[in-house]
Amino acid sequence: MVVILNTIMQYLTSEEVTELEFKANEIRQSIIEMLTEAGSGHTAGPLGMADVLTLLYFGILKHDPKNPDWEERDRLVLSNGHICPVLYATMAHAGYFPVEELLTLRKFGSRLQGHPHRQSLPGLENSSGPLGSGLSQAVGMALAERMDNPYSAKFMYCLTGDGELQEGQIWEAAFLAGKEQLNNLIVIVDRNGIQIDGYTKDVMPMEPLVEKFEAFNFDVQEVDGHNMRALNDAIGKAQAVYSQPSVIIAHTIASKGVDVFERDFRWHGNPPGKGPEDRVTKDKQSSVALEKLRTLAGTINNHDTK
Amino acid sequence: MFADNIQPNLSPDTVEKSPTRNGYGDGLLEAGKRDKNVVALCCDLTESTRTNKFADEFPERFVQMGIAEQNMASVASGMSAVGKIPFIASYAMFSPGRSWEQIRTTIAYNDSNVKIVGAHAGVSVGPDGATHQAIEDMAIMRAMPNMIVIAPADEHEARKATLAAAKHVGPVYFRLGRSATPIVTTPDTPFEIGKAQKFYSRDESLEKKVGIITTGSLVFNGLMAAQKLQEAGIGASVLHMATIKPLDEEALLAFAQEHDALVTVEEHQVAGGLGGAVAEYLSGVHPIKIARIGVQDVFGQSGEPDELIEYYGMGIDSIVEAAKKVVE
Repeated sequence: MVVILNTIMQYLTSEEVTELEFKANEIRQSIIEMLTEAGSGHTAGPLGMADVLTLLYFGILKHDPKNPDWEERDRLVLSNGHICPVLYATMAHAGYFPVEELLTLRKFGSRLQGHPHRQSLPGLENSSGPLGSGLSQAVGMALAERMDNPYSAKFMYCLTGDGELQEGQIWEAAFLAGKEQLNNLIVIVDRNGIQIDGYTKDVMPMEPLVEKFEAFNFDVQEVDGHNMRALNDAIGKAQAVYSQPSVIIAHTIASKGVDVFERDFRWHGNPPGKGPEDRVTKDKQSSVALEKLRTLAGTINNHDTK
Repeated sequence: MFADNIQPNLSPDTVEKSPTRNGYGDGLLEAGKRDKNVVALCCDLTESTRTNKFADEFPERFVQMGIAEQNMASVASGMSAVGKIPFIASYAMFSPGRSWEQIRTTIAYNDSNVKIVGAHAGVSVGPDGATHQAIEDMAIMRAMPNMIVIAPADEHEARKATLAAAKHVGPVYFRLGRSATPIVTTPDTPFEIGKAQKFYSRDESLEKKVGIITTGSLVFNGLMAAQKLQEAGIGASVLHMATIKPLDEEALLAFAQEHDALVTVEEHQVAGGLGGAVAEYLSGVHPIKIARIGVQDVFGQSGEPDELIEYYGMGIDSIVEAAKKVVE
């Protein structure tokens, strides 16, 4: 049963947190299943952002899965399009389309293109894949919305990767967002520290990131990207900031939830079955990942969860 | 014989000139008055792209982007997603030159209602030199699905193209020139996206028949060349194709069938622009000899507009010579 949660939860109760975490776990399982079926695609980013996406779709966004074009909706712009498995999985679990359709990911004729195509799937706000342009689109939406209604309470959320911040266009967009004081723009950076070729600190160090965004006139927060309550609080504060755009740097663990995949940059662009074999052989990667998720890495009996 | 709905008595000595960007400035202002959703974005070239007329009248609907063409393309995509009709203007070398991928992914792939305006196209940019002379823009934009590509002939056509672009739902690219271009059309000459128009009809009593197809700033040279050819006893007509995508295939095929050979004329590389589009289409339905006038796979350089047009083989006499040769 899908409900639209369009009232901002000021404070998450323990029950609400548990419910969101349970939902995020289901979404992670879907991600493993769809990537395994697809035989290609990205694993680390989608698993790492499952908590953020879950909170957004089940706790923050004003949206209506049965009416994706609802005028009054908030918009979520995915700038790092390659983590779309988590977006698709979250949308399906939220009721935009049947969960079974997730298994068509990356297949011929599917609405779930390898990188998101706005025209293909209702509920997508943008097409992305080439990095760096989603933030600009969110800035454009925020600007246009404010032109029509300076007191608008619609928020434009933009999710970016951290490696993506190496793209110059991100900072072009940041310049404009700061100049225009776009309070209706909330950027969430997936700070998982990895990119295809290695750890971001080796490929292209980007710290100090807080100061960089502050220098562009953003309100900046850093938060544990797996702590629902902390994330919820940060987004609540970002909504309250009136004279600046906001960025929330969400520190996440790449491949979060599957401990044998976690923190390893080699899982950036490989699906279960094609990843590094030092901890799990390819033939077992998918089943082990699902088992890890269903037992919370062996801490509970999986009969308790499903 | 000149068409009766264009300027009368066209000749090199008397023709009036004005930059096409002036027509854009007027058209944009008019489009803004007609539709409150029209917004304008510009990258620090507000005056030279003539976006300033709109910006002065509607400051709340103008966004000064700073020097950031890639951001401009994607910001416009975002604005169109919430119902705006953005016109984004810079020099064609920078937009679409620098922002091609952003235009492809965030505008064309989404079929976004964004109008991309590339000013200072062609070698007639002049003294600024090759870095600022966009002569590949139509090729890169034409190769992109969903994109309409227009090269207005003069300021009147540029104004009409701007208004037509504002009405058309979907992405449109049109190019403008920096220097004053001969005014060939009138405020009343019809304009429709995707429609070619015959501006000069050959003397049917002449045996040899050459068809000249023009786009953008060089239509005047094409017309003058046609007149000279007729004086030399060669029947010549001019088909003006302001829109090179979608190509007016019906008009083009009929025009090709009426002539022994064709000459395409554009201020652009001969690869990928009007000449390319015409050759691609006709090769499949009506193979015919085609001479392509334009820049021959080289870069431009500094100089005065007229001298560059002559040097790169796009002057009236170059067209006449090419026509004579191809119709032999």
